[in-house]
Amino acid sequence: MAAHRCGLSVVCILIFSSLAHPSSCDTLEKANDNTATKRRISEVNTDGSVAGEDMNERQWQSTDVEVNRSDGTKNGETFAPAKDQFQEELVIRPLHSGDIYASFQFRTLWDTDFLQEGQKKVSHYRLFPKSLGQVLSKFSVQELHISFTQGFWRTMQWGQPFIPSPPGAELWVWFHDTVSDVDGNWKELTNVLSGIFCASLNFIDMTNTVQPSASFKPLGLGNATDHRFLRYATLPREIVCTENLTPWKKLLPCGSKAGLAVLMKSEKLFHSSFHSQAVHIRPICQDEQCTSKAWELRQTLNVVFDHYTSGQGKKEWSLFKMFSRTLTEACPLASSSKVYVDITDNPEGELFELSPATPLLSQAVVLGDRRTYSVYDLTRAETFGQLRSFNLLLRWKGDSGDMLRPLLHAERYVAGFGLQTGEIHTVIYNNHPYRAFPVLLMDSVPWYLQLYIHTLTVTSKSRDNKPSYIHYQPAKDRHRPHLLEMLIQLPPHSMTEVTVQFERALLKWTEYTPDPNHGFYVGSSVVSALVPSMVAMSTNFTQDQPLFSSFVPVKEESSYFVRVYTEPLLVNLPTPDFSMPYNVICLTCTVVAVGYGSFYNLLTRTFQVDEPSPPLAKRLANFIRRIRGVPLLA
Amino acid sequence: MLISIKSEKQRGRYAALAIAAVVIVVGIPLWWKTTETYRAWLPFSEISELDSLQLQLSVDIEVVFSRGTLTPEQQKKFPLSHVNEKEHQVDAKTGLRYKYETRYRTATIMEEDALNQPTAAEADLSLHMLSESSCGSVVVYVIPETAALLPEDVKVYVGQRRTALLRSPPFKSSWSLKEVLSNLDVEVEQVVSTMSFSHQDIVAALSDRVRMAKVTKESMADSMRAIKSSPGYEITFSLLNPDPRSHSLHWDIEGAVQSCIQPLLNKLAPIANFSVDSQILYYAVLGVNPRFDNSVSAYTLSADSLSHVINPVEARLGSNAASSNPVLNFLLYVPDSHHSPLFIRDHSKREVPSNAFHSPRWGGIMVYNVNEMYGPEAERPVDININMAKVMGVFLAQLRLMLGVQHTHPPTGFVLQSPGSAGLADWELDRLLWSRSVENIATASTTITSLAQLLDQIGNIVINDNIAQQVSSAVTSLQSAVAELEAGNLAFALQYSREAILASERAFFDPSLLHLLYFPDDQKFAIYIPLFLPMCVPIVLSLLKIVSEAKKRRADKQAKSD
Repeated sequence: MAAHRCGLSVVCILIFSSLAHPSSCDTLEKANDNTATKRRISEVNTDGSVAGEDMNERQWQSTDVEVNRSDGTKNGETFAPAKDQFQEELVIRPLHSGDIYASFQFRTLWDTDFLQEGQKKVSHYRLFPKSLGQVLSKFSVQELHISFTQGFWRTMQWGQPFIPSPPGAELWVWFHDTVSDVDGNWKELTNVLSGIFCASLNFIDMTNTVQPSASFKPLGLGNATDHRFLRYATLPREIVCTENLTPWKKLLPCGSKAGLAVLMKSEKLFHSSFHSQAVHIRPICQDEQCTSKAWELRQTLNVVFDHYTSGQGKKEWSLFKMFSRTLTEACPLASSSKVYVDITDNPEGELFELSPATPLLSQAVVLGDRRTYSVYDLTRAETFGQLRSFNLLLRWKGDSGDMLRPLLHAERYVAGFGLQTGEIHTVIYNNHPYRAFPVLLMDSVPWYLQLYIHTLTVTSKSRDNKPSYIHYQPAKDRHRPHLLEMLIQLPPHSMTEVTVQFERALLKWTEYTPDPNHGFYVGSSVVSALVPSMVAMSTNFTQDQPLFSSFVPVKEESSYFVRVYTEPLLVNLPTPDFSMPYNVICLTCTVVAVGYGSFYNLLTRTFQVDEPSPPLAKRLANFIRRIRGVPLLA
Repeated sequence: MLISIKSEKQRGRYAALAIAAVVIVVGIPLWWKTTETYRAWLPFSEISELDSLQLQLSVDIEVVFSRGTLTPEQQKKFPLSHVNEKEHQVDAKTGLRYKYETRYRTATIMEEDALNQPTAAEADLSLHMLSESSCGSVVVYVIPETAALLPEDVKVYVGQRRTALLRSPPFKSSWSLKEVLSNLDVEVEQVVSTMSFSHQDIVAALSDRVRMAKVTKESMADSMRAIKSSPGYEITFSLLNPDPRSHSLHWDIEGAVQSCIQPLLNKLAPIANFSVDSQILYYAVLGVNPRFDNSVSAYTLSADSLSHVINPVEARLGSNAASSNPVLNFLLYVPDSHHSPLFIRDHSKREVPSNAFHSPRWGGIMVYNVNEMYGPEAERPVDININMAKVMGVFLAQLRLMLGVQHTHPPTGFVLQSPGSAGLADWELDRLLWSRSVENIATASTTITSLAQLLDQIGNIVINDNIAQQVSSAVTSLQSAVAELEAGNLAFALQYSREAILASERAFFDPSLLHLLYFPDDQKFAIYIPLFLPMCVPIVLSLLKIVSEAKKRRADKQAKSD
C-alpha cells in the first residue's frame, strides 16, 4: 500500500517513531515499515512461481526435479563433531536463615573466534544465540558482563553468592584493543542490549559510566590492562521483572521448553527475596594447552526463596513447592545436566533428609571452603524414577547450627542532616581471626553529589589507615561521575570505616526524575579482594568441574577472589516546587501589569483643578436653609 | 484655565499615542524575534516541482540484421536510427515518457560467426565475448526465418546477458526498408518490454505515489511481494527443529550459502548490501496444529491456515541486533516425529510439490520431512543430514521473488534462458534496476514533498541546518537521478536515487523535528494573558477614545462650517 504521508498521518508517524522508547523490544525494527504487516500468504510451487500464475513454470523446474532424485541418498555419512556444547546445572543450598538459595547456570561453549582478523565474519549459529553473537562481532566486544538483580544479597545471613551482583542493573564490558571509538561503541552497545533484554540500559550514558583502573579485570583470556577499553556502569534503580526474564530465557538453546529452564516460572521466581539474572560472555581456552580460543556464554540465575518466613516457619522444601514444576527431562542438547544440593552441614543425615536419595556425591572447593554436594544427573534415566518426574524434597530433622560469618563483608550508609551536606560511610569488615588482607574499594558517585575528597578518612581500629593506592577521578558536572578507587589493607578481625563528605548540587529543573522526592540512587560500592582461604583452592583447569565453582579463575591455592557489593544509597536532593516557573511568570506579570497600569494612568490621565467641595457641616446647613427658604451660605 | 485643561488633554493623548507606538514599533518585533523558532531555508519551490513528477526513461536498442534477412538494396540504407516516444499520464501529478532509441545495422563478420554456433546458448555466449553492452541497453539480433539456431516454434530467445535472438517474420523482398522495419517493430517492442521494463512494472514501482486502483492486480501482487527498496538487507536462514529429542539435524549452511546464494548476491551488489546469517532454533513449533489426513496418511496444512503459522515462530527469530535493515527470513521446518510427514496444500487442495510457501516482504518457509530417513527402531536422536541443494533451490526461488526479480510473463514463443550459476541474468538485473530506480525516485519524492508539506503546515517545528542540508541534498540527488534516467544512464540513476532516498528518510525521521512539535496554544495563552491583557486593554481603550474624539471633533468642525 502506498504510505500516503501527508498531514496528520505524518505527524502520527513522527510522534510514534519518537515515542517508541528505546527500551522497548522492537526498537531495532524500522518504524516506517508499516506496510510489512500486511502479509499475504501464498505458496511457492516447485518452480518458485506463485500458485495461480501458471505462465512461468519453466525456470526452476528442471533443477529441482534433479535434486529430488538425489534426495535421501546422503544418509549414513559421518558428521562433523559439533564445535559448540551446552551444559546446564542447578545448585540448591539450604541457607542457615531457613531460606533456600537456588542457582542456575547454563554454559554454551563455542570453539570459534568472533574477533579474529582476516577471517570471515561468523554468521552461522547453532547453540550460541545469534543476537548476542552479532553484538559481539559488531562492537568488537572482548568480554561482556551484564546482570539484573532485584533485591539485595544479605552477605551476613546468606554467606557469599557464587556470582555476586549489585541491586539493579550492572554492565561492564571490555572492548577489543582495535576499537578506536570506545565511547561510541559503548553508547550503541548499551542501546542494542537494552533492546535485547527489554531493560532501560539506554539510560547508561557518560554521566554514569566509569573506567575503573583496577577493580574490574578481564575474567577470560587476554591480559588487557589498559582500562581505556573498559566501561563500567550501574543502574541501581532498574527494576527487574518478567519482561527481562523472557528474553533471557530465549537465549537458551532449549528455551524454557526442556531441561532445567522448565523450572523458571516467573510468578514463582519473582516471588522471592532475591532474584538475579546475568549473562557473562568471555573468551576462554579450548583446552589445557590453550592453543586456541573458545567463547563462553554463561547465563546464571540466582534466587533466594524465603519459604521459612512465608511458609509458617516450615523449613521443608521441594522443587515443586519452589518452582511449581518438576523436572521431567534434561535439555536434549546439553552435554551435561545436573542438580547439586549442598549437604556439607549434613554429613550423617542427622540434620535433614533428601528424597530421592542419590549415591552420587561431589566435593568442590568453592569460595574458600570445601563443600559436599549430592548430585543428580538428569541425563540418566534412573534419576527420574518410575514416575518419570524428578521432584527433589528436603525434610528437616533438627535445627541447623550457626553459620560461619563471612570473612569479608561491607555496608554503606549516608549520614548527616539537612539538604546541603552529607557524609558517605562505607564500613568494611574483616572477620578473619588472624590474617590481614588488602581489598580494592571502588566507588562511583554521581556528579550531583560533590565529594570533598580532602575529607576522605580511612580508619581501622580507631587508627588512621592510609590506603596504599588511590585513584581518584573528579566529576565534571553533567559529564562524568566521581570515581574513587582505593587499595586498603584490612587488619585482622577489624572494622574499617571510609568516610567522605559531599555537598548536594542543585539540578536544573529538567534534570529531575518524575518523582524527585523519592530521592536519587547512588550505585553500590564494589569491594574486590583476594581472601585467604581456609582450604587449598584447586588451580588446575578441568572441564569436569561443576560450573558454579569454575567461574572466577583461581591463580593461587591460598586465597580466592571475592567481590562484595554494598547497598545502593538513596539520597535526597534539594527539590524545588515544580509549579514555580509558572507561578513566577504569573506573579511577575501581575506586578509588571499593576506597575505599568498606574504608570500609564499617570501619563495619559488629564489633570484639572477641582473645586474643593464644601465641608459636611456647611452642606448640612445649606440643606436646612434650602428647606427653610433662607439664602444659602457661600 | 480652559486652555490649560485642553493642553493637558492633548498631552494625555500624545502620551497614549506614544506608548502605543512604542509597543507596536519596539515591543511586538521584540516579542516576535525572541519567541521565533529557528527555521532554516528549504528549497520549497524545487520541492513543489518534484511534486509533479515527469519521468523520462530512455532505452538504447540495437537491432542487428544477420545475413539472409534483408535484400542488398534494403541494406544499403544502413546504418539508420529511429527514435520512438510514448507518453503516459499516470495521474494528475505523475507522467511517464518512454524514449526508445533504436539503431539498425547489419551484423559484422565476427557476429555472423557467432551466430553460426550450433546452439542458441553458445551463440549468446560468443556474442557476449565480442562486445559488452552497457547497463540498461538491449541488443536484438534478427536471424533468418529458416535459421536452425532456434527450435521450430520458438520466435525469440532471450539469453543470459543483454542480447536476444529474434527470428525474422517473413518479409517480402519487394518491401521497402520502412515496411520491413515497421513490420519488425511489434516484435522488437515485445522483446524490449520483456528485457528492460514494461509499463506495468513502472506503474507498480510508482505505487508509492499513485493510487492503487489504477494498477492491475497482478503487478500489484508482484510489487507487494517484493520487499521495499532499502540500502541493505539481512537474510536469515533458520532451521527449526521442534523435536531435538528425536532428530539431530545437520545442515551445511555455510557451504550452501557460498555456492547458491552468494553468486546472486554478488550480482545484486549495486542494488543493496546483503548480509547473510543462519541459526538453529530448537523447540520452535508452528502456530497451527496440522490435521491428519487418512487418505494420504500424512499430516496436512491447508493454505488458509498458513497465515497463522508464522506468528509464534517469529517471536523467536529475533530481529537483527546489529543493524536496522529489513530482514528476510527463510525457515526450514523439520516436523517432529509425531507429526510427519507434513504436507502443504494449496487452495485447490492439491499438495504443493516443493512443500514450501512464502509470505510477501517477510520470507519463506519450507517443510522438510525426514520421517523416511530412519526406521522406527532407530536410536534417538537420529542424526540427519539435510540435503541443502534441494532446500537452497526453493529458498533461492523465494529470494528472487522477495527481491523483486520478477518472473516476467513472456509472450508465447519466447524462450528465456535460465540464469545458471550466476542466479541472475544481466537483463533481469536491468529490469530490477529500472523498477528500483523509479521506485526510489517515487518514494523519495513523496517523502520530501510530505516533509515539506508538514513543515509548512506546522509552524512550531524547528528546522535545523542539518535537516535543511539533508533536504537539499535529497532534492539535488533526486534531480540528478531523474536526469540520469532521461539520459539512459541506469547505473548512475540508481546510485543517485539511493542517495536521495537515504537523505530524505534521514531528514524525515530526524528526532530534532519533534522538539516543539506539540506546543499547545492554551499553555501559550496561560502564560501570556497575565501580562498582555492588563497591558493591552488600556492602550486599546485609549486609542479607541482618541479615535472617537477625533471623529467627534471633525463632525463638530463640519457642523460649524455648515
